[in-house]
Amino acid sequence: MIRERYLNGLVLVLLLAVPLWALINDQPFTITLATRAAIFALAAVGLNIALGLGGLVSLGHAAFFGIGGYAMGILAYHAQTYTPVMELPFVIEGTKSMPIIWLVAMVTSGTAALLIGLLSLRTTGVYFIMITLAFGQMFYFFSISWIAYGGEDGLSIYIRNDFPGLNTLVPINFFAICFTLLCLVLFINGLVARSPFGLALNAARQAPQRVQTVGLDPQRLKLVAFVLSGVITGLAGALFADLNRFVSPTMFSWQTSGEIMIFVILGGTARLCGPVVGAVVFVMLEHALGGLSEYWHIYLGALLLLVVLFARGGLVGLISGRAVAHD
Amino acid sequence: MTDPILATHNLQKSFGALKATDNVSIDLYPGEIHAIIGPNGAGKSTLIAQICGELKPNAGRIELLGQDVTHTNTLTRAKAGIGRTFQISALAMEDTVLQNVLLGAVGAVGSPWRFLFPVLADKLLYSKANDALKRVGLQGDAARRTSDLSHGQRRQLEVAVALTLEPKAFVMDEPMAGLGAEGSKTLTGFLNGLRDEAPILLVEHDMDAVFALADRISVLVYGQIIETGTVDQIRSSKAVREAYLGSDT
Repeated sequence: MIRERYLNGLVLVLLLAVPLWALINDQPFTITLATRAAIFALAAVGLNIALGLGGLVSLGHAAFFGIGGYAMGILAYHAQTYTPVMELPFVIEGTKSMPIIWLVAMVTSGTAALLIGLLSLRTTGVYFIMITLAFGQMFYFFSISWIAYGGEDGLSIYIRNDFPGLNTLVPINFFAICFTLLCLVLFINGLVARSPFGLALNAARQAPQRVQTVGLDPQRLKLVAFVLSGVITGLAGALFADLNRFVSPTMFSWQTSGEIMIFVILGGTARLCGPVVGAVVFVMLEHALGGLSEYWHIYLGALLLLVVLFARGGLVGLISGRAVAHD
Repeated sequence: MTDPILATHNLQKSFGALKATDNVSIDLYPGEIHAIIGPNGAGKSTLIAQICGELKPNAGRIELLGQDVTHTNTLTRAKAGIGRTFQISALAMEDTVLQNVLLGAVGAVGSPWRFLFPVLADKLLYSKANDALKRVGLQGDAARRTSDLSHGQRRQLEVAVALTLEPKAFVMDEPMAGLGAEGSKTLTGFLNGLRDEAPILLVEHDMDAVFALADRISVLVYGQIIETGTVDQIRSSKAVREAYLGSDT
């Protein structure tokens, strides 16, 4: 068994090496694929905080992914059309600056996660799954009916947004941004998991009664985890929209929520780099099998079935064994 | 006479027509172990749940250190000083023994809102957790996964978590449940020494342990306290013998 921390390092090195190899061999599409994998991984790292640490099976994380996407889309659309986002009670201009867009995406998705969490966390089990799914679908249908921003057709952004000192239209530069953010969020996730908050949240998932009797509120812990999770998935949504230079209601769809959950389960729930492994495997299968058949999801389904049946710790668990508490 | 640390006054709880707690008044004084015994279904767990804030009574009052806590929740009562252990171990089974005790220390210090600081690097939390483990004799098992512990060790760990809270009163729901004779004897010795730290309200079926530990015993039958007294008084009570202990005890 490979120790998990070595496996984590290996996964990240490989994710970095592939686009570098593609850069040398002039394969820009491969760099785009790696960027897609890094962004999906980031979205799934977000979900993993709620699902893995907090035990919150959210089937509505597409809401935060989509909010991040639309935060980017709306701000960039107004910047490219030189129109303000709003004029009353005060003027808000659009922007093409990635850091500002990320901040707006994180604040809006975090606020949405707070409101959704406050209502959803009154329920547990299948009801929690259903209520989060319902919220996701509410955003989906709202975006379809939001004609001002493209409705069902979505919204195209002609030029990728700016990052100080980098030409973001160069694929490897945009990959570098996404990969750096992924590593930063993984680092923070690792710290959070070992912190007093992570300890209490992990216990709240396993023994909420015990957490209460030591004077801590499991619901509040889970709510904070849900908000953190929403913030990270929202950031991933903004990056995903920038990668495609396009946002559409699909980002809010329940299929997107399902895919983010598949990344986590495939790679390994509650394992630090599980979402990264899951997202990379997903993108590889999508690329390798998508060309062969429109119905490539059948193979993904079979793989997921095998993992759920025979590798409860996901692919990371299969390779590195059960989680070590202080690893 | 000193005031009780914990007291219930005319506590009542009904589930439909069933009176699970029927006008129950008990108290717990500093330094004592007050055992609650009774047959299955007598309402012991319901009483404990009300004292710890998990169930709201229909009527009556619960006081902790002279303060009315009847309408407060579990969290407030834990913070106010009730250290509870469960009949069925409520522990984070995937975590290590140390992590479980650290959780108690985090609760005692009230510091769960630190996100980027490693819990193991906090000397205060670590020393509190380590002290509690030492006291129950689990210091050698700190790094073990809780699910790998024996049943008896889990009971010890339950007590260790409660110890980190430095409670004003312990409320223990069948701590001897499932322990062998040796384990029961060890835990009895430990609880005997614990009374000086905080009094213990003890719900227990193991009569040897109860008779060895309790200063007072209350007998609960069909939701009512039928007798409260010393070990000798309870042993010799005809009503208790008929209702619970059996005539040959």
